[in-house]
Amino acid sequence: MIAQSFQYESPGSLQEAIELLNKHGEDAKILSGGHSLIPMMKLRFATPATVIDINGIPGLSYIKEENGIVHIGALVREAELEHSELLAKMFPLFKDVTKLIADPQVRNMGTLGGNLAHGDAANDHPAVMLALRASVIITGADGEREVPIDEFFFGFYMTAIQQGEILTEIRLPVPAKGTGSAYHKLERKVGDYATAGVAVQITLDESGVVTAAGIGLTNVNPVPLRAERSEQALIGKPLSDETIALAAQYASEDCSPSSDLRGSEEYKRHVTGVLVKRMILKAAERASN
Amino acid sequence: MTKNINVTVNGTQHTLEVEPRLLLVHMIREVLNMTGTHIGCDTSSCGACTILLDGKSIKSCTVLAVQANGKSITTIEGLAPEGGPLHPLQEGFKENHGLHCGFCTPGMIMRAHELLENNPNPTEDEIRWGIAGNLCRCTGYNNIVKAIQWAGCKMRGEETPSTEPEFV
Repeated sequence: MIAQSFQYESPGSLQEAIELLNKHGEDAKILSGGHSLIPMMKLRFATPATVIDINGIPGLSYIKEENGIVHIGALVREAELEHSELLAKMFPLFKDVTKLIADPQVRNMGTLGGNLAHGDAANDHPAVMLALRASVIITGADGEREVPIDEFFFGFYMTAIQQGEILTEIRLPVPAKGTGSAYHKLERKVGDYATAGVAVQITLDESGVVTAAGIGLTNVNPVPLRAERSEQALIGKPLSDETIALAAQYASEDCSPSSDLRGSEEYKRHVTGVLVKRMILKAAERASN
Repeated sequence: MTKNINVTVNGTQHTLEVEPRLLLVHMIREVLNMTGTHIGCDTSSCGACTILLDGKSIKSCTVLAVQANGKSITTIEGLAPEGGPLHPLQEGFKENHGLHCGFCTPGMIMRAHELLENNPNPTEDEIRWGIAGNLCRCTGYNNIVKAIQWAGCKMRGEETPSTEPEFV
């Protein structure tokens, strides 16, 4: 399949990219990893008049910790997230999630920034970012602004990124001692989108009481969903079979999956509950290590 | 509305004038007439189009030719010298019956090349997950895994496993 003709720009700086975005407005799309955009262009679901390739912009690819925050540049490839020792230590769920995103070739190109900016609840990183209580840095002509992840997703392919802006960095608070995280998604086959996916980060104090919990859900809602009632069911109490069962039940009730080839609404709700339970247990086990 | 790009292909520099919408796989197959790289699904799933871009295995049906400007690509034709000895991966697929129709094979070999580069002694599990982006309709994958293990042995300088069939 062949995309519709377009103009191609390859800016060498963030400033140049933003100028191009402002010049072309709605007719331009950013090319990052390209593994959401190019398939859509080949099917002519997307027909931008101008494609702005940001892969040549220096300084957008790094993973570093500074003052209690981990900063990840938007151009970091999924493969780099997969093999980062810094991330593996603090956020064990990154190893879980990257292994489940597409396949090794796609992960060599796909970027974390692109995965979030695409605004698709079927992607895996939105739920992860919700669980980790991340924030993103969006850069435009007027400079940078920081947006908490809970204020980032608005709808299908709609995020807080306005015209003329680029997502440039992801920020993760370094977790407190006694924190563990886990991610899993049920898929029909290797590399598929999620039938349902769940990200959990949980913090336990010495007496086993949950002091913090973040739970994000993948592809069971039009917008990436924080399972807020589930989090509240856990926080402030010792982790028990009862609180976990409640959290699972609430998540299953609060999401809004659509029936499709991956399963009926009822089935997806059920799977969501099962995965919430399993990921809470796995995250808690990692928290105690 | 064409762009001029410089791409090194299997060690040879090419200067090409291409439309921005030209896919890397079409550049390889139709502009450069190197048809070893195949188009299987054209929807980023099957991996038959896998080549190396600056050493990383990527699906060339999902990358624009212009994205390869200033970079170096390696295709299946570039693994071994023309008429020369086979690359251990090519030999491994031959000796271990790692192909039937051969359509997935160039993509499998290019993926396995990066796999072994990053992980010279992979477990069977690591190989199976490592080729998750490459689909084969013929073989059932077992001999592909054997071929990659065999190649890994040869590349590590170890004795390669026997290729005689097991009688059960």
